[in-house]
Amino acid sequence: MIVETQSVRFDSLSLDCGATLAPVEVAYETYGALNAAHSNAILVLHALSGDAHAAGISHESGKPGWWDNMIGPGKAFDTDKYFVICSNVLGGCRGTTGPSSINPATGAPYAMSFPVITIADMVRLQKTLVDHLGIQRLLAVSGGSMGGMQALQWAVAYPDEVAAAIPIATTARHSAQQIAFDEVGRQAIMADPDWNEGNYYAGQPPARGLSVARMVGHITYMSDESMREKFGRRLRDKDRFGFDFSVDFEVESYLRYRGSQFVLRFDANSYLYITKALDYFDAAEGCGSLVEAFRPTQARFLVISFTSDWLYPSYQSLEIVKALRSLNRDVAYCELASNYGHDAFLVDIGEQTEVVRGFLANTFRSIS
Amino acid sequence: MSTTHEARRRGFVREILGRSDYAIISELVEPGARVLDLGCGEGELLEWLARNRGVKGRGIEIAGPRVQRAIARGVTVYQGDIDAGLADYPDGSFDYVILSQTLQETRRPLGVLQEMLRVGRHAIVTFPNFGHWSVRLRLLFGGRAPRTRCLPYSWYDSPNLHFLTIKDFEELVRAQGWTIEREIFLAGHRAGTFLTNLMADVAVFLVRK
Repeated sequence: MIVETQSVRFDSLSLDCGATLAPVEVAYETYGALNAAHSNAILVLHALSGDAHAAGISHESGKPGWWDNMIGPGKAFDTDKYFVICSNVLGGCRGTTGPSSINPATGAPYAMSFPVITIADMVRLQKTLVDHLGIQRLLAVSGGSMGGMQALQWAVAYPDEVAAAIPIATTARHSAQQIAFDEVGRQAIMADPDWNEGNYYAGQPPARGLSVARMVGHITYMSDESMREKFGRRLRDKDRFGFDFSVDFEVESYLRYRGSQFVLRFDANSYLYITKALDYFDAAEGCGSLVEAFRPTQARFLVISFTSDWLYPSYQSLEIVKALRSLNRDVAYCELASNYGHDAFLVDIGEQTEVVRGFLANTFRSIS
Repeated sequence: MSTTHEARRRGFVREILGRSDYAIISELVEPGARVLDLGCGEGELLEWLARNRGVKGRGIEIAGPRVQRAIARGVTVYQGDIDAGLADYPDGSFDYVILSQTLQETRRPLGVLQEMLRVGRHAIVTFPNFGHWSVRLRLLFGGRAPRTRCLPYSWYDSPNLHFLTIKDFEELVRAQGWTIEREIFLAGHRAGTFLTNLMADVAVFLVRK
């Protein structure tokens, strides 16, 4: 399945911080066909470093989408039955307006003059896109990590427009530990002289800083066990220590490689803005409690966590489930066994496929 | 006397999903009711009740693989344990709360029963009767912890933490001031009324506050 990223421009978007962005560009892809009743649309939501290319083979890059193992004919999000949409988030750098976009007022990239955005802002823009596509009510919203936060936000902000929400490996609010890791990433970027207060678009991007940020991120996405299995203490292309500070261990080599690849496709300022949005996210904010925050929701929920995910541990999913159960909402919850840590929702998808497929089929039956 | 007539006279109980207590439960539950099934396994009963009685079902199950299969078949199940798992539900959330052959596996059976009657209007409780004659015989003459059709485990690998008889359960219900609305005693596939605490291997109670 060869897919092409599409783009649409909207006149303006009001943001939580009070600012208005005008205009706003959104990059998106769609898979499968919208049915006559427009009742089979699923919005898939990407995580921190993802983009609109969720499935199929990209026409431009020749690469598969970030959730290609979950979206396609016969897969969990079965494109023979459902119409699947994925868009790049607001603040991103893969086609949707973000800090690297040109500010029409100045003719130069926004850089740090880009307004600080929130998860709710991202979702508001997605709602505009869904309206534009002529869909009144989504069959489901689903995503892992930051995508899960967006799924929760959808269910809270647009209760009548979402039949089901599938938040995976996520939280209703970032913990101190999660904020701490994000802050290390941001400091690594901002400590790089090439960052230059965000004004690097005409010259060298802060590749070293962004690469370190990505290395820290990758550690948090894996588990102790998966790193032991994948690397152990194996040395890289040598039999003994080099007694210097070049690469000794496989794990060092892997992290450096991942870091160096990331800077080729991701904008450092986007990393700052999006991690800030993650840290600001608290579904209960302004409501007093998570229960009150979820009171407006109408959707059915399927909440999934993974045993070895220490970045978004199961207790955070259980907080969501607890609040929904105390409202007697239709909420299914399972903790899937996996050694892959936070990355499990992207790579260890066997059981996830079974539960998502059954849950979606049941939801589709109940609304048809 | 024909065999069918004989069976009817002796209260033959049919099976649902291979279980005679499920058949009784399906008759106790009113169509369209809100039902919570504790220790719901792979959600077979809830799926059957949803399809055939139009109930709105929820389940709680501790074992991950069972939860996954239940969700995959479209049943809303929460992965958690029964002893603590009811606390989040508001009072009166359900018409029926079912505890099918699991009471003896809970850590605090009384706490679970109290919670069942807080979140539900009716509790349906089924359990293997420890007063059955085969249990008594095995203990009396064998001098061994009972292993029977309904209690098939050795003492060291049994999930059963508490053993109770029909009399024990009736006494508890009385002491709590609850009301037994229906009680059905099963001996194999027969519902019986004769020397029930001796003859029944499984008991089904419909209880309310």
